[in-house]
Amino acid sequence: MRAKTLAIVVCLVLALGGGVLAFAAWHPAIAPIAPPAPASFDPALVKRGAALAAVGDCAGCHTGPGGRDLAGGVAIPTPFGTVYSTNITPDSETGIGAWSEAAFQRAMSRGVRRDGALLYPAFPYDHFMLVSNDDDRALYAFLMTRPPVHTVAPGNELRFPLNHRFVVAGWNLLFLRSGPPAAYATHDASFVRGEYLVEGLAHCGACHTPRNAFGAEKASESFAGATIGGWTAYALNGASPAAVPWTAEALYQYLRNGFEPEHGTARGPMADVIADLSGATDNDIRAIASYVAGQMGKAAERKSVLQQGESQAERGRWVAATSADSQAVHHRVGGAVGNRNDEGAAIYASTCAGCHEGPRAMPFGGIDLALSSAVRGPSADNLLNIVLHGVPAAAASRRPIMPGFANALDDNQLGALVRYLRAGFTDEEAWTGIEAAVQAARGAEREVTIGYAARQAGE
Amino acid sequence: MMNLKVNNQPYNVDADPRTPLLYVLRDDLKLNAAKFGCGLGQCGACTVLVDGKPVFSCVTPIALLAGKNITTVEGLGTAQEPAPTQRAFIELQAAQCGYCIPGMMMRAQALLQANPHASDAEIRAALEPHLCRCGTHMRILRAVRRAQELMKTAQTGDAR
Repeated sequence: MRAKTLAIVVCLVLALGGGVLAFAAWHPAIAPIAPPAPASFDPALVKRGAALAAVGDCAGCHTGPGGRDLAGGVAIPTPFGTVYSTNITPDSETGIGAWSEAAFQRAMSRGVRRDGALLYPAFPYDHFMLVSNDDDRALYAFLMTRPPVHTVAPGNELRFPLNHRFVVAGWNLLFLRSGPPAAYATHDASFVRGEYLVEGLAHCGACHTPRNAFGAEKASESFAGATIGGWTAYALNGASPAAVPWTAEALYQYLRNGFEPEHGTARGPMADVIADLSGATDNDIRAIASYVAGQMGKAAERKSVLQQGESQAERGRWVAATSADSQAVHHRVGGAVGNRNDEGAAIYASTCAGCHEGPRAMPFGGIDLALSSAVRGPSADNLLNIVLHGVPAAAASRRPIMPGFANALDDNQLGALVRYLRAGFTDEEAWTGIEAAVQAARGAEREVTIGYAARQAGE
Repeated sequence: MMNLKVNNQPYNVDADPRTPLLYVLRDDLKLNAAKFGCGLGQCGACTVLVDGKPVFSCVTPIALLAGKNITTVEGLGTAQEPAPTQRAFIELQAAQCGYCIPGMMMRAQALLQANPHASDAEIRAALEPHLCRCGTHMRILRAVRRAQELMKTAQTGDAR
């Protein structure tokens, strides 16, 4: 009897849940349209849309290396399988040419395709839902005036049951925010604009906020930093590993130019973000910088070991002493002799110091590694990626460059160097699992070269 | 004093361990194939092989190279008996001023050793770190494809 009751209750709950899910998953198709003539859009609106698309980094996912602009097909690895970005050029059959502005607006704000099917949250509608209708209109005008490309993205490779799109309805019920976060009424206009952009279109949290087991950003750990594609996306909150606390001005310089002398250079996925941000307006980048600096809290005390009064010149002498007599290696931290790592010290002195302690300032010389977030960060991944693969030259910009040392350093040398840098240039805890990290970083694809070369290589 | 193994020959080199390999090759060992271009690992003219893999010798200190096998163009073949890569570059007259060519050859050699069936796209991608200002890129690409053919026929015993 009891079992029977339980069975009935379970059935009822399942039916109810299924009903709710079906209701949440069901959206009507929006009738296809003939693609509007590009000339029908106001050029000023298109221009505004272009600057917004740069903030949203549409190309980051929708343009592949060597691929046609915004034609999709880029593999986005997730813990649940691979999602391929779609063609968002105005091609009627394979892109969004048949989408009305209402259909586009619905996709942005609710993650629903024109035909009514649910989009996967790899498309960050959990952020884009905050974008205003006005801005959606400008983005639509921008996209619908791009050259149409006839190409179909590969099908997604997701595990059951996620290969069924209606399942996303459950995700939406559980994790989609109901509205914009509380506005910071007390802040200035730039900060408020920054909040609107960072939380919405720029979707910074998509990489910089850790995700839960369902792949949703953890609301309680906003901007706490995360790992994505073999790179650490640094914390943008109070846990920022920067040796010199970021300011709005420093962040502006970094986002505009791709480097900042006291913090280093963007590389990996962030280099691509910054390349695309070049189309954004100065005001919007200042706004983003203002809001992100606000997330990091009050400028903490200078964390760098440099605060202990050590100057470049002193360290220069230290390096000279190191290389002249490798038996007499002194550790920099507090002047004490820490864990001796003669091999790492010798590799640093011979291979790195020439640029990183040279007479040239950034971007022509390397950053003082005591300032580098790569050396101070929570994992060795970024440091390994950059030592192995370098910093490729970015097209048409004065960004720092660095050759990669993947073939010059063997695994033992790489491990010794990384351990040495961590111990000698920071007062952070030693990293563990460096051997495995070395293997993973070596196995990863070569860092995508920014701009021209990348687009050529895939042709 | 450091021991270096270059083109299968052991050398004792009296140089600071921080010295870039390129300087040791050219100044101490008088192996002048590898060229000084930018000195920053950005142009590829100094490329040589370390354990079969291409490195920029201008930014690679000899401190890293104990026990490793270094190969330069001189180690591929001789004027009398050129290796497939050398024969191909001569046949196709891939050089104009020739300054970038030794680096291009070593990168191509590494690629073809690791991947004898490299496609055109893979050859282009591999040579991407190399600059050539004369503009013989198309001849260089043809030479690499020719080297690929010559290596294959050399393996089947038909060559020369």
